Amino acid sequence: MGASFGRGGATNYVQDLANSDCIVIQGSNMAEAHPVAFQYVVEAKRRGATVIHVDPRFSRTSALAHRHVGIRAGSDIVFLGAIINAILSKDLHFEEYVRAYTNGPVILREDFQDVDELDGVFSGYDPETASYDNDTWMYADIGDGTEESQASKQERAAGDEHGSGGPTLPSAHRVRRDESMQDPRCVFQVLKRHYARYTPEVVEQTCGISREDFDYVVQAMTRNSGRERTTAFCYAVGWTQHSVGAQYIRTACIIQLLLGNVGRPGGGVMALRGHASIQGSTDIPTLFNLLPGYLPMPKAGVHESLKDYLGTISTHDQKGFWTKADTYTVSLLKAWWGEAATADNDWCYDYLPRLTGDHGTYRTTMDMIDGKVEGYFLLGQNPAVASAHGRLQRDGLANLKWLVVRDLRLIESATFWHDSPEIESGERSPETIGTEVFFFPAASHVEKAGTFTQTQRMLQWREQAVLPPGDAQSELDFFHEVGVRLRRRLAGSTDQRDRPLLDLTWDYPVDEHGEVDGEAVLMEINGRYLTGDKAGQPLPLFTEMQADGSTEGGCWIYTGVFKDGVNQANRRKPRFDQDETALEWGWCWPANRRILYNRASADPEGRPWSERKKHLWWDAEAGRWAGPDVPDFPADRDPAYRPPEGATGPAAIAGDDPFIMQADGKGWLFAPKGLLDGPLPSHYEPQEGRVRNPFYSQQASPTRKVYERPDNLTAPSRGRPPEDEVAREHPGVYPFVFTTYRLTEHHTAGGMSRWLPYLAELQPEMFCEVSPELAAERGLEHLGWATLVSPRSAIETRVLVTSRMKPLTVDGRTFHQIGLPYHWATGGTGAVVSGDSANDLMGVTLDPNVLIQESKVGACDIRPGRRPRGPELLELVDSYRRRSGVTEETGNELRSGVDADHVEQERETKVKERDDSGADVKGASEVGHDDKNGDR
Amino acid sequence: MTNPAQQETREGLWPDEPRDRGPRKARRGSGVFGVRRFAGNGRGEESMVPEAEFTSYYGRPIVKPAPWSDEIPAYLFVGGLAAGSSLLAAGADLADLPGLRRQSRWTALGSIGLATYFLVADLGRPERFLNMLRMVKLTSPMSVGSWILAGYGPLAGVAAVAELAGPVEEVLPQTLKPAARLLGRAGRPAGLGAAFFAPPLAAYTAVLLGNTATPAWHSAYKELPMVFAGSAAAAAAGAAMIAAPHEQAWPAGRLAVGGALWELGSAQVMEHSMGLSAELLHEGEAGRWWTASKALTLGGAALSLVAGRRGKPAAAVAGAALLAGSVCTRFAIFRAGIASAKDPKYTVVPQRARLDRGERTLG
Amino acid sequence: MPNSLFGPLDPAPDAGWQDAPDRKGFLTDTSVCIGCKACEVACKEWNQLPEDGLDLLGSSFDNSKSLGASTWRQVKFIEQPGRADDTVLGRQPVDLGMPGLRPNDASLPGALDAAPAADGKPDFRWLMSSDVCKHCTHAGCLDVCPTGSLFRTEFGTVVVQDEICNGCGYCVAACPFGVIERRPGSKGEVTNAGVAQKCTLCYDRIGAGQTPACAQACPTESIQFGDVTELRERGRARVATLHEQGYTSARMYGDDPRDGVGGTGAMFLLLDEPEVYGLPPDPVVTTKDLADIFRKGGVGGLTLLVGVALSFLGGRR
Ligand SMILES: Nc1nc2c(c(=O)[nH]1)N[C@H]1C(S)=C(S)[C@@H](COP(=O)(O)OP(=O)(O)OC[C@H]3O[C@@H](n4cnc5c(=O)[nH]c(N)nc54)[C@H](O)[C@@H]3O)O[C@H]1N2
Ligand SMILES: Nc1nc2c(c(=O)[nH]1)N[C@H]1C(S)=C(S)[C@@H](COP(=O)(O)OP(=O)(O)OC[C@H]3O[C@@H](n4cnc5c(=O)[nH]c(N)nc54)[C@H](O)[C@@H]3O)O[C@H]1N2
Ligand code: SF4
Ligand code: SF4
Ligand code: SF4
Ligand code: SF4
Ligand code: SF4
Ligand SMILES: [Mo]
Repeated sequence: MGASFGRGGATNYVQDLANSDCIVIQGSNMAEAHPVAFQYVVEAKRRGATVIHVDPRFSRTSALAHRHVGIRAGSDIVFLGAIINAILSKDLHFEEYVRAYTNGPVILREDFQDVDELDGVFSGYDPETASYDNDTWMYADIGDGTEESQASKQERAAGDEHGSGGPTLPSAHRVRRDESMQDPRCVFQVLKRHYARYTPEVVEQTCGISREDFDYVVQAMTRNSGRERTTAFCYAVGWTQHSVGAQYIRTACIIQLLLGNVGRPGGGVMALRGHASIQGSTDIPTLFNLLPGYLPMPKAGVHESLKDYLGTISTHDQKGFWTKADTYTVSLLKAWWGEAATADNDWCYDYLPRLTGDHGTYRTTMDMIDGKVEGYFLLGQNPAVASAHGRLQRDGLANLKWLVVRDLRLIESATFWHDSPEIESGERSPETIGTEVFFFPAASHVEKAGTFTQTQRMLQWREQAVLPPGDAQSELDFFHEVGVRLRRRLAGSTDQRDRPLLDLTWDYPVDEHGEVDGEAVLMEINGRYLTGDKAGQPLPLFTEMQADGSTEGGCWIYTGVFKDGVNQANRRKPRFDQDETALEWGWCWPANRRILYNRASADPEGRPWSERKKHLWWDAEAGRWAGPDVPDFPADRDPAYRPPEGATGPAAIAGDDPFIMQADGKGWLFAPKGLLDGPLPSHYEPQEGRVRNPFYSQQASPTRKVYERPDNLTAPSRGRPPEDEVAREHPGVYPFVFTTYRLTEHHTAGGMSRWLPYLAELQPEMFCEVSPELAAERGLEHLGWATLVSPRSAIETRVLVTSRMKPLTVDGRTFHQIGLPYHWATGGTGAVVSGDSANDLMGVTLDPNVLIQESKVGACDIRPGRRPRGPELLELVDSYRRRSGVTEETGNELRSGVDADHVEQERETKVKERDDSGADVKGASEVGHDDKNGDR
Repeated sequence: MTNPAQQETREGLWPDEPRDRGPRKARRGSGVFGVRRFAGNGRGEESMVPEAEFTSYYGRPIVKPAPWSDEIPAYLFVGGLAAGSSLLAAGADLADLPGLRRQSRWTALGSIGLATYFLVADLGRPERFLNMLRMVKLTSPMSVGSWILAGYGPLAGVAAVAELAGPVEEVLPQTLKPAARLLGRAGRPAGLGAAFFAPPLAAYTAVLLGNTATPAWHSAYKELPMVFAGSAAAAAAGAAMIAAPHEQAWPAGRLAVGGALWELGSAQVMEHSMGLSAELLHEGEAGRWWTASKALTLGGAALSLVAGRRGKPAAAVAGAALLAGSVCTRFAIFRAGIASAKDPKYTVVPQRARLDRGERTLG
Repeated sequence: MPNSLFGPLDPAPDAGWQDAPDRKGFLTDTSVCIGCKACEVACKEWNQLPEDGLDLLGSSFDNSKSLGASTWRQVKFIEQPGRADDTVLGRQPVDLGMPGLRPNDASLPGALDAAPAADGKPDFRWLMSSDVCKHCTHAGCLDVCPTGSLFRTEFGTVVVQDEICNGCGYCVAACPFGVIERRPGSKGEVTNAGVAQKCTLCYDRIGAGQTPACAQACPTESIQFGDVTELRERGRARVATLHEQGYTSARMYGDDPRDGVGGTGAMFLLLDEPEVYGLPPDPVVTTKDLADIFRKGGVGGLTLLVGVALSFLGGRR
């Protein structure tokens, strides 16, 4: 979304969903995973809105929707692309909006080539580095201006940076436009051509969605968009956890821009974020590649000096607020190093560590296995269960010297050394694991004060309800203490490398229990004036930040949360005492705006598009924007304002540029920059897709991140596999697709639910959901046991046979999907319930933009009965691998070759498939896999 | 095992079209005690609701079975035995049959002692037994029963102990002899008092079962007291035929035959009243108890008829059969009730039939 | 103790409460239930109920089996293949008490009309419903309780007094809805073992002017707490709305004071027959027949007396 609109957060607030006329929930099991937010969907429905759920499974969300559209996991871009095509080919878009507020009229460079011309890649693809040089994606007549290669950006998942502002684009306001949007090289026409092949027929063949369902969705969306009506999209990890996840979201953004649903009440794209403060943990990041406020982490060799660094964040020659990145950066450095940060030493810029490559969680795990990492802190995370490829995770942990786990419970990631599946199978034993594990009990959210930043970018302060029990400590307390002790240790050191620690401002007030005062930290994050007559006072807004060291602030987008010295996040004014936008409930970044880009809720002249969807309007008399929300726009900028020649930064924002964080002030239908895998979403199959790509021989994303290792095998593609000999031979060994998800009753890896009897008893056992048809085909019995085998491992689950799982007809054949909740695991001390872990089946393949794993689609086989124990389990997994012939290379070729013979091969494949799927049961029984070995 | 959805489809639980639920012509069965008939008991009655067609939630019960174990049917038996025995004792007292009187009083005391034990033991909180007497509550047959028991128990006790007054008096020192004499004299009033409480004691258990939502019990409420009365009479008579002097046991012989026939006769009527849940008396464990009960009771009664002429051993065998028959009756009724609660069919089908006939229960 | 056994009445005054507040109860609107079980957990949490078994039951997502001593709210799940989607909501705006409610523009045609009609009907329906004690006007459990442990509160609800109940179990057999249950377990280990337990309609909370825990936790307002008379009207209005929209299977359950239990304090808006949800279609309080039951008992007792008398009659022959 950062690349489309300029900020990575949900565009609207969840309560605003009640104002929608149509809500499409796709890629999320909203009712189950976001029940509290879902009340506004229910509310919208009560008011007459149409609710549609597009999901591989019929879930509790579907139960409340007007229509559930069953989709093949991993095919969303085909479906959404076809919606775009339907909109464009029937002229159903919101013409005025598109022309004024998007980059639709912008002319692209002549040498840009689309995927159709290059059999599945855009121009600029470099097969050597499997990345793009995006020069040709640029608007006509402007240059790029950065030196960092896309490959290098990919290493550091630079896509994450657009959480709070779009990518840089020099001279972006001088772009060439064709207001009629007829020029064949304008974005609008390119878009039209790009999606022309996305037809309802392809949707039917590839997604398994009927023409009838498709038309229903298109009509519901288009009829509920326009001046009078708005449609909203809701998504969550059903979209993000794919190797092309970021592009799924982009596709929805394009639809919303075409239909004019962005910046308007009841519209937008609702990213439903996960953990209570997961939004907060990207705003003030726990990610390796970001600094607070989406400033990038400097990279060695690229960002050597502060000047280099700032030059890559934004250029002064562009529109919007990113041009002030220097003020944000310097204020951050001042907040951290206080007095020590001076103009002379570049505000201690050199104290910041430099990235040397990918330090993402999966890379780091592999580095552990490869002996490159000695110690590890695990806080509030349970990778042995929750991260893809459980065995890989545990292998990593088992290869450390020391491990610190801070958690509420003795989770599997802390006890893996004596009770992991590898111990059960006999591959490891406590004696052979050298990792020294230090477990620290953590204080839970009710045992400490602080903020959550949730889905709608809202900070909400939480008081401490009870004191933490025993030795349990809050994170704040723990790290404060670590800092104090380290500094005490180093006190007096003259070693230059200790300066960053010793110079830190580390002087937080503590309360009577010795706890650091969280509000003091929030105050530092908000920022203060350091000089002048306001010295010491909190900054009211990030625009007050200076690059001359006269202000400090720990996270520029949070500036204002302590406006007037009041903890704005702690406001709980009842809705009855304020209007429906409820600006005095908590605090939203930026600047407490509730609907982002809300300038777009009015027409170019500043009049509401309609009375019904009125939100912000230009009050000519007062010379200000009026309405119930905080304008996401310079408050006094006249709609008629046009920046003078040479204007930059905020002054360059024209009166009709609603996307103020974008370099050109417009919503991006086409993203000339900002995405590493293409300027337009294009369909690619998942790593373990079982279907051929209908559009080109490029099967999966050519820029996805693959890890070619013997401990990370991929099932042979079952689609069009000319590149893969093996796949041609044995396409049916892992014939089914499984997808993973959550249940309302449990939380993620289970540390906060499997230990609690009240939750555990509601869903006591790991299960798989299969259709009656698949059950019949494979002899699975309701409530019986099943074993699922992937190239990584085999797990056992109880079976729920349910019509909620429906086989699809894809490419003319019956396509089965298996549903697996991922909350269970074996091991862990004190868990009330346990079971095999879905993530043990998963492999590691990532989206290049944000390094999120593809955990929504995997290939497997399913068979009745329990899995074998001990070495026989390994033998079972191995027998499948042998039969399928996988090697480390399998499925990992990034550029699928173009092969003229593929049609013939495909025919053969289909024949073999039949043979294979009949043969496999025999194959496995050779290793004695049956029920009698199955008792635990 | 099929999945629940399939199962339900198989059972026709989710018909494609909603069933026609329009009120149908009201129709009542006729017969003694206003017998209503329901289809589905497979005994040739007119079918109004096809047996298979009822809906449930995964076949789970709607009403809960009473959480009672075998102590309760045992209690039903000994309670009846006590009641019958006290009446027999009173009769014997008035008819001057001391042997029969003595035996019956002792049987009554022994039974009621056991009954009290069973009752207390089956409570979830036995130590709070006395809370039964916190209040008098007429809507609660169990409360009423507790008071009956509270009235009956001491009287039956005194009556039984009074039987010892004679022998004891002989061995007591002079000074204590008046006390024993007094006890002896208390025997008759106490015995008559116990007899006064005996009929309600025998019947209230039927009232208690009838006043539940347990389908088999509630549907039997009209005749169950008769069945229990007959069973109590037969049991008490049986005990007397075994333990009382043969020559004094002639009233017991008559009572045995009368009680048994009364029990069997009212049971026949009761089965009609019960409608659908009557089938439970013919299948499963309850069915086995019920068959045994009928055989033993009938056999015991037949043997009693000839026992007068055949002497003591035959009478004792007849008595034992009757006692056993009474035990079986109680277990049969008890088990049928529990089974009827466990299967939603017995709750749903009659209620649904009522609605289908347009007879929604209205107040 | 005087007590009316049947027919419409206001139970609290009937039980002797003077100046009783308005009768309190629930309307559980199953058409908006999302099966999140927040109600179930909130109830357990508030009332500190013990864990109730860790079995996977295979009955869709319901692993709680039934209402009972340690499960006072139970969310039921019914999968109906071959049934058109019917679980659709009405159009009237209902204020959820949270920020974000915009004044409704009733003049605009419902967006549903704009959506195309479904030609190929969806063929699957998933019903969810949160069940609870009905707090009957004529409560069988209360009527039969010999100890007076069960009593009628001033709010017209039915509550067990844990310290008085002696675990006779009579109430269990007397409840036409199978709600109340004697808690299993041994005394030392389980609180209130051997004692009958069920929903108290959060007597402690509503007494303090608060909303019951389950209703408070329900995100979609499927569980609405309030005055029974008002809820009854609200429920009926909603049924009417649903009917207007063509969802003719919607109906109220427990709202009729003339029904077999005199109407319930906890009412339900159902989308199918009651028995589909495990509810009795025509529940009747057993004490409706109490007078007759006692009468028949009296006759039974008399026959015994007469029978014994007859056997002595005429002396030995
Ligand atoms: N109760 C509960 N709530 C939670 C959590 C929890 O563990 N328990 N976790 C929290 C966290 S951390 C997160 S991130 C959120 C996640 O919130 P959601 O993303 O809503 O949760 P998931 O269950 O992972 O839902 C993914 C849905 O996407 C579907 N899906 C899978 N693949 C595809 C696909 O290719 N296309 C489409 N259209 N759909 C697909 C799945 O069938 C599933 O229904 O939930 C949060 N809320
Ligand atoms: N197959 C598959 N895998 C997935 C997903 C999927 O959909 N499918 N979803 C992914 C997603 S979106 C997510 S977010 C991850 C979640 O993955 P993780 O974050 O690894 O798993 P959690 O179980 O949420 O771990 C959080 C831990 O934090 C502890 N905790 C709670 N509060 C505190 C606290 O205040 N302090 C400390 N120190 N600890 C605390 C809890 O006890 C718990 O053990 O799983 C991912 N994995
Ligand atoms: S658990 Fe918390 S974050 Fe999740 S739905 Fe409930 S209230 Fe919202
Ligand atoms: S539903 Fe059952 S437990 Fe609840 S009040 Fe009615 S009779 Fe009593
Ligand atoms: S179990 Fe307790 S509450 Fe129930 S009837 Fe007996 S004494 Fe009353
Ligand atoms: S009212 Fe209270 S006791 Fe009853 S179900 Fe709700 S939370 Fe539980
Ligand atoms: S809390 Fe509300 S929505 Fe959730 S299961 Fe209970 S009744 Fe349904
Ligand atoms: Mo997440």
